[in-house]
Amino acid sequence: MDTYYHPKDLGHFADMGKGNPALWEKFMAYYGAVFAEGALTEREKALIALAVAHTVQCPYCIDAYTQASLQKGSNLEEMTEAVHVACAIRGGASLVHGVQMRNVAGKISM
Amino acid sequence: MPLLIRSLNKRGSPLASGKEQVRLLEAPNGFPRFDETIAVAGLHPLTGTLITVFQINVGKLCNQTCRHCHVDAGPDREESMSRETAEMCLAALARTQIPTVDITGGAPELNPSFRRLVEGSRRLGRRVIDRCNLSVLLIPSQAGLPAFLAAHEVEIIASLPSFSAAQTDAQRGEGVFEKSIEALRLLNSLGYGREGSGLTLNLITNPVGAFIPPSQKSQEAHFKSRLAREHGVVFNSLYTITNMPISRFLEFLLESGNYEAYMHRLVTAFNPEAAAGVMCRYTLSVGWDGRLYDCDFNQMLDLPMDHGAPNHIRDFDPDRLHRRRIVTGNHCYGCAAGAGSSCGGTIA
Repeated sequence: MDTYYHPKDLGHFADMGKGNPALWEKFMAYYGAVFAEGALTEREKALIALAVAHTVQCPYCIDAYTQASLQKGSNLEEMTEAVHVACAIRGGASLVHGVQMRNVAGKISM
Repeated sequence: MPLLIRSLNKRGSPLASGKEQVRLLEAPNGFPRFDETIAVAGLHPLTGTLITVFQINVGKLCNQTCRHCHVDAGPDREESMSRETAEMCLAALARTQIPTVDITGGAPELNPSFRRLVEGSRRLGRRVIDRCNLSVLLIPSQAGLPAFLAAHEVEIIASLPSFSAAQTDAQRGEGVFEKSIEALRLLNSLGYGREGSGLTLNLITNPVGAFIPPSQKSQEAHFKSRLAREHGVVFNSLYTITNMPISRFLEFLLESGNYEAYMHRLVTAFNPEAAAGVMCRYTLSVGWDGRLYDCDFNQMLDLPMDHGAPNHIRDFDPDRLHRRRIVTGNHCYGCAAGAGSSCGGTIA
């Protein structure tokens, strides 16, 4: 194995069902239901998934949901904005913890 | 400098030949042949039903050179239907009750017989569709064309791949989006696309890349919202169409290394319901030179009607066209993938 990640491995995702088919089937049924058209459109859900994929930094998910977003009718402008949403929340999450830093520093400082 | 795209034909590309495209498409690629797949679905041999669309491709001349064009059309193409052939089309039409005449190209409006075909077909009481690239309506020599189309209540099916200028221009050429919006506003000002006007304006979107189209219903809502909000443009319906793996789109697939993955995508998305409703079953496709085909894609692959059906408009015989056996190949996966694809959008 020369690398942990290989693009072809995405196509072998279903192999995870071999260890425990019952859990795999439950997961896939849930997964399919989550991404079906509902109060949110399939296109909107693919954009959310794309943003989350960047947050969890999963290359398989980024590959899959870049393609899914295009196929569901989003364009590069919308997809870029989705990634910025992920970026803003990640950055904001760091920054808002600065309040804790300020609390601790305030408590022990003169 | 904008990228100057010339037709495959002008560049002398091997892909300008329908025969070469068919050779590539039919070469063993590790997936079942289309005929094998439809046999499993109980649809082989694919046969025609009652013809309801008389589609006339008046030629390859176009003012645009879109990167995905299955016709390999452009300003450098000269093939154009003669007045004599146009008259043969009208005479053939008069012998039938085919309700819809669908005029395409190239930019069909640039053909000298375009208005004659519209007037003649309308006089016969037929619904007429103009497959319009929008920018042609702004060409000075075409002044009066929008009013002509409105006066004859011609249904316009206009190509607009995206509400994004970047995506549209990437497929159709620099500056095309802006011109398309200007033309859509012009059509709206004549009543096209507006409720109760009786003037139908439908849009067609092809994916700008190697993927199959989204859900037509959700994409229509998205287009309507964005075009109205950002450009004040309205339209009636949106049709999503799959890019066929032929001609300039085939060139893109091969050059970008996407050919095998795209074919795999089409094959794995095969939908028997879509295959049963493919447009070739109810369409007669006439080429600029009068030859007859089962569809516009077969026309571009130089695959005329076969299996005993007449293959020139001068030999037109409606009785021999119904229930004809349709010429198929691996490119047909494009019409049968996912929700299916036709000149009227999705099928299933």
